[in-house]
Amino acid sequence: MYFCTDFKDTVICSKMQRKTLVRILSVLLFIVSFSGVAQDEHVEEAKEVLPGNKTKKEEIKEFINHHLMDSHDFNFFGSTDEETGETHHYGFPLPVIIWDGGLHTFMSSKFHHGEDVVESNGNYYKLYHSKIYKTNAEGTINYDEKHHPTNVRPLDLSITKSVVMMLVTGLLLIWLFSSLAKSYAKNGSIPRGIGRFFEPIVLYIRDDIAIANIGENKYKKYMPFLLTVFFFIWFLNMFGLTPLGVNVTGNIAVTTALAIIVFLITTFTGTKDYWKHIFDPLGDGMPWYGKILIYIILVPIEILGLFIKPFALLIRLYANMTAGHVVLMSLIGLIFIFKSWIGGPLSFGLSFAISLIELLVALLQAYIFTMLAALYFGFASETHAEHEAHGEGEIQHL
Amino acid sequence: MEKLINDFSFGLFFWQIIIFVLLLLLLRKFAWKPILNAVNDREEGIKNALDSAEKAKLEMQNLQADNEKLLQEARAEREMMMKEAREIKAKMISDAKEEAKTEGDKMVAHAQAAIESEKKSAIAELKQQVASLSLEIAEKVVKHELSDKDKQLKLVDEMLGDAKLN
Repeated sequence: MYFCTDFKDTVICSKMQRKTLVRILSVLLFIVSFSGVAQDEHVEEAKEVLPGNKTKKEEIKEFINHHLMDSHDFNFFGSTDEETGETHHYGFPLPVIIWDGGLHTFMSSKFHHGEDVVESNGNYYKLYHSKIYKTNAEGTINYDEKHHPTNVRPLDLSITKSVVMMLVTGLLLIWLFSSLAKSYAKNGSIPRGIGRFFEPIVLYIRDDIAIANIGENKYKKYMPFLLTVFFFIWFLNMFGLTPLGVNVTGNIAVTTALAIIVFLITTFTGTKDYWKHIFDPLGDGMPWYGKILIYIILVPIEILGLFIKPFALLIRLYANMTAGHVVLMSLIGLIFIFKSWIGGPLSFGLSFAISLIELLVALLQAYIFTMLAALYFGFASETHAEHEAHGEGEIQHL
Repeated sequence: MEKLINDFSFGLFFWQIIIFVLLLLLLRKFAWKPILNAVNDREEGIKNALDSAEKAKLEMQNLQADNEKLLQEARAEREMMMKEAREIKAKMISDAKEEAKTEGDKMVAHAQAAIESEKKSAIAELKQQVASLSLEIAEKVVKHELSDKDKQLKLVDEMLGDAKLN
């Protein structure tokens, strides 16, 4: 499931730091597990409102699916009033921005969690399974034979839960690292406080990811991207494990965006030798009539490889994070299916263990994404002279 | 695959690109460049400090070697001076001895010569005195002898008798 490479190099903490780290993580995990329980209470209550229609298993499955998807409002938890049967959601609404022959903006609270039809400048919209559909005034949704809605989906540029989390992560990163930069200026290049934890990571990315894969001469211009992408993915992965229940890096749109940026950087910083390697991989070692036969096969493969590399990046991150969330939530869900003295604690223990692994995966996936991006940049920025020198090292890293 | 495409939210993609690129630019300006520069400066500083420490160590070693050399030179010089002094001393002593000896010899020779000359003059004087004394005696004797004629004649006869014609 996990695409692991050598991880032992990334363990940088000293023994003392590791101890405190483990302590912090344990507390964090306890909260995570607790929140999982809290969320599932909601599942159970929801089930009691709709008895007979769905089994508990289906209920949990739906909950997990819902969790994996992006959302138009920031929901912490929900509860159902037993007397009236109404569901209360605790959280805050987010702005909805739709481009549909003109700009439509309103708060997501108007949808009432999919219950109400919203009228905006003469158009009607309805929320169905976390997606906005254009409907008529009554909010009718038409289905095809596979029970997929056939209504028109307008261009939805809303500030969703994931966007909010990205903004929060971005601000956190800016605050964290600009204060680190300032502390350098103040203390004469010696890090203070949290900088002592982050500096080794920054140095690790510089020395063992950037310099090792791109080379001493050209690594500098890629450093900002590598550092940003590493901390962005890592922080978002970690937020995914908190009770906020966000799954940003497990969203295909997010990983696609990252992969496209990697692809663009690779393409635009590619050297002559890089392109020559793609369109003329055998070089001058063979006469042209010999090349033609081989190149009919070889060149398309090389060109395909250009796109497969970032595609693998986006699928790897998406699949790993989604799989992690599904496993974790399924194990938590098992507690409510077993409902016994043995099954409950067993599932709890399992989900706790998986949570620990997920913490590792959160770091690991950030590391792998950064590592592979650096590797692709290394290929792109390579000139012929360096090729000979670096060839072996790159093969080792692969 | 259909689900993947269905799940793809263009809005999220759009915001992700914008947020990420903005974040990249902001962090590059306000965080990564200062941090990496500071770290580089620090590393450079450490490297320089190590280099200069190494240089200082070498210099120190050179200095020590120089000192050692100087000390050795001084020691050799002292040794040489001592040796020279000893030699001079020995030479002086031997010279003095020699001089004293020649002087002594000279004095002895002088003395001997003086003694000799004294002796000679004494002898000469003695001879003179002896001669004059013997002349006086001889005179007196002759005078006394010649006063007695008979005896003279007797003597002449005796002598003539002794001096038989050989």
